Amino acid sequence: MTEFATATVRVNRPARGLRRFLRNPLGIGAAVVLLTIVIAAVFAPFLAPYDPNLIVLTQALQPPSPEHWLGTDASGRDVLSRILWGGQVSLQAGVIMIATAVVVGVPTGLVAGFFAKWFDGVASWVSNLLMSLPEILIVIVVITTLGSGLAPTMITIGILASPDLFRLTRSVVIGVREELYIDAARVSGLGNARIIFRHVLSVVAGPLLVRASFVFGLAIIAQSGLEFLGFGNPERPSWGGMLSEAFATFFRAPELVFAPGAAIGLTVMSLVIFGAAIADAIGSDNAVATRGTRATVSGSATVIERAESDESTVAETSDSGADDALLRVENLRVSYPVSSDKGVVADRAVVDGVSLHVNRGEILGLVGESGSGKSQTSFAILGLLPPEAMVSASAVSLAGDSLLGSTEAQLQKLRGVRMAYVPQEPLSNLDPSFTVASQLVTPMRYALGISRAEATERARALLARVGIPDTKRTMASYPHQLSGGMAQRVLIAGAVSCDPDLLIADEPTTALDVTVQAEVLNLLRELQRERNMAMILVTHNFGVVADICDRVAVMQAGHVVEQQPVRDLFASPQHDYTKMLLASTLEGAAPRGPLVAGEGS
Amino acid sequence: MVAFIARRLGAGIVLAYVVVTGMFFFLKLTGSDPARGALGLYASEDQVATRREQLGLNRPILEQYWDWLSHALRGDLGMSSAQNTPVIELLVTRLPVTVSLAVGAVLVAAILGSLFGILAATNPGRFDRGLQVVMVLGFALPNFWVAIILALVFAVKLRWLPATGYIQFFDSPLGWLQTITLPIIALSIGSIAAIAQQLRNSVITVYRQDYVRTLRSRGLPARKILFTNVLRNAAPPALTMLSLQFIAAMSGAAIIERVFALQGIGSVAITASGNSDIQVIMGVLLFTVLLVVLVNLIVDIAYAALNPKVRVS
Repeated sequence: MTEFATATVRVNRPARGLRRFLRNPLGIGAAVVLLTIVIAAVFAPFLAPYDPNLIVLTQALQPPSPEHWLGTDASGRDVLSRILWGGQVSLQAGVIMIATAVVVGVPTGLVAGFFAKWFDGVASWVSNLLMSLPEILIVIVVITTLGSGLAPTMITIGILASPDLFRLTRSVVIGVREELYIDAARVSGLGNARIIFRHVLSVVAGPLLVRASFVFGLAIIAQSGLEFLGFGNPERPSWGGMLSEAFATFFRAPELVFAPGAAIGLTVMSLVIFGAAIADAIGSDNAVATRGTRATVSGSATVIERAESDESTVAETSDSGADDALLRVENLRVSYPVSSDKGVVADRAVVDGVSLHVNRGEILGLVGESGSGKSQTSFAILGLLPPEAMVSASAVSLAGDSLLGSTEAQLQKLRGVRMAYVPQEPLSNLDPSFTVASQLVTPMRYALGISRAEATERARALLARVGIPDTKRTMASYPHQLSGGMAQRVLIAGAVSCDPDLLIADEPTTALDVTVQAEVLNLLRELQRERNMAMILVTHNFGVVADICDRVAVMQAGHVVEQQPVRDLFASPQHDYTKMLLASTLEGAAPRGPLVAGEGS
Repeated sequence: MVAFIARRLGAGIVLAYVVVTGMFFFLKLTGSDPARGALGLYASEDQVATRREQLGLNRPILEQYWDWLSHALRGDLGMSSAQNTPVIELLVTRLPVTVSLAVGAVLVAAILGSLFGILAATNPGRFDRGLQVVMVLGFALPNFWVAIILALVFAVKLRWLPATGYIQFFDSPLGWLQTITLPIIALSIGSIAAIAQQLRNSVITVYRQDYVRTLRSRGLPARKILFTNVLRNAAPPALTMLSLQFIAAMSGAAIIERVFALQGIGSVAITASGNSDIQVIMGVLLFTVLLVVLVNLIVDIAYAALNPKVRVS
């Protein structure tokens, strides 16, 4: 059982997380600062040069000097000593608040997430209620009857902050509950409580530490705010209280606000950075990134660069007969930067040395297992790879025009009109917030420069053409109101809406019901014939290939290993990988008559 | 849509009722004494007892609760036990100050936060990194400290804006703007950072969705997709953040008011707390919670307008 438990905890590998943390200089810096602050506060009685409450009126408002490093305040008290002692109040406030928030939020989150039922409803409602309460006002209410001591105020704020930890715990637990290993543990006879302890708690611990460091920061700010409002113990030095006093002598000595402000700012900042560094180390989502992020949004042109060595790395299966092809791709390479465990950035190719062509009116099947680089090849041609992708080729041309080095603006003018794309997952490829009509009409208006009325008319005709019965209703529908098959028809209508010369269909039937698959495939073939389009059909299904393709390119691990007319491929596959794929497809499957199926070509 | 709004409004009213009721019983049962609070520490027991009788504090607690609730429903929040003025009068003069600050701060945060969030999402590298730094600073520096520094620089040193006081909007719009500018800046910095960060993250997430790629494959320019499809889908989490920021601003305003000597409900509440003036505290709470409910409702409606799954059922 223990082996099982250790084998299945995936999120938390403390040793590895620690290593990653130790490589982050910002995180280490924050940890050092925090440790210093804690030591300074705890050992304030020994470190402080003066009694923090020692009033020497003759020494009031002294500037920094060797005797008083940070000067003195309006009562002649030593500012440095008060800062050191003040840390104690802030740390205590943070500890009380964290403890409250954890005690209230974590167990309820565990129970709500794990057992759900009525408890989840009630707890979630209370959590929303607490989040709707303005903190300071509630604390003022509490102070009215319970006084302004550190405990009642910080416990109140801790309760108000507990929804943060409740929601975190609950969502992590729900995620984990769905995992198989909990079921497995349940079957093997572990009690519920032990399941929670073993699995869930270990997964929740990391993200909890991250949130807790933020909550600690909130506590320090809230506590100093209350001190500033006058709710505090004037006999205990605190950073908020110092700010309050400094504010009272603001016109005489404004510089007194800096030291306590800096103390608060530095502590909270260190907590935030520390939390973010932990989040990075355990690989969880976090608001603040301490390491570089490569996320981008606009101008994400994945320009295809000219390959450096044109001749040396020509693919093994050279692509002949590509002279008058509509699309010609030579020696395409797609790679991504990989940051290895040592922090060194390497470059991993997912497509390498791929050459292929498609003639007008021809259907090329692009076949291979998942991960073989089929989709990456398609997106590279369309210029739709994510920005971090690095793409190069000896040649890429569409109807004789080279696409090498094309900018995003140039590619954008080609997309839709010259080359178009039918995706795999119909529902995730429609924008959930816009109607079908809007998603068909807007691109047409941009790509073809036609009026809204004309585009709407065209869209309706297209929907009728792709076999949607009630076009008016479908036009007004949102994606969540459509079935998968309907959505795919809409996407096909969109893809052909601007009369492209080349249609790239990426597994267009994989996500559909078996009954709909054949219809959609027929539709694609009809449209292709009717418009004399060239088509690249990405698929892993040799049945589909046999049904409608003219030629086939077989991909394995980023390479095209074989390229043949469809009849020849089925009759005499050359490459071992092709043979293996064919064997695994045909074995046990209903015979589809591969040799006859290419009929019409 | 109407049913949706009615449902959300109902939930909001239930929330306000639960909070106000809970706080009423908390104040009554934990033994605060408005009579003593009103008369001060040096009043004799007899005086306090008489006052207690006058204020109706010797009645059963349920009776007191029903009395308060039934009057409150008719818009009568009772008399302040310490100041002898109707609570509603206090609130009507003080509430506009706080609401100006909170609403102003949230509007500024919505505009600047969206701007910075979109810029950060679309300009990786230096600008994005810069936002991360501002985000940490915006969170780490207490807003009242920022307020003091702003007052020091812009009011005391540069003398561009007044350091203290409040001018009613209807007395002088320009004066009103001058008096609330610095408080709003101080109050909004943290919210700007929070909204910018939220929008940045959700824009980046949405931009990676399949449908964005498909729209690009149709020949739509990236900028057009960003401003229609991506922003619309990225907005809901930022809206939720906005309503949380309003709650935080109502809270923060109570502290910022002190820096600029503004007579808002923060100072009303603090005074009332010191006097155990339960009627005033309840009035402040009721108004604040109703405001929060109203803002949440507006956010819910905006949410429904953006999300067809909520709107079209």
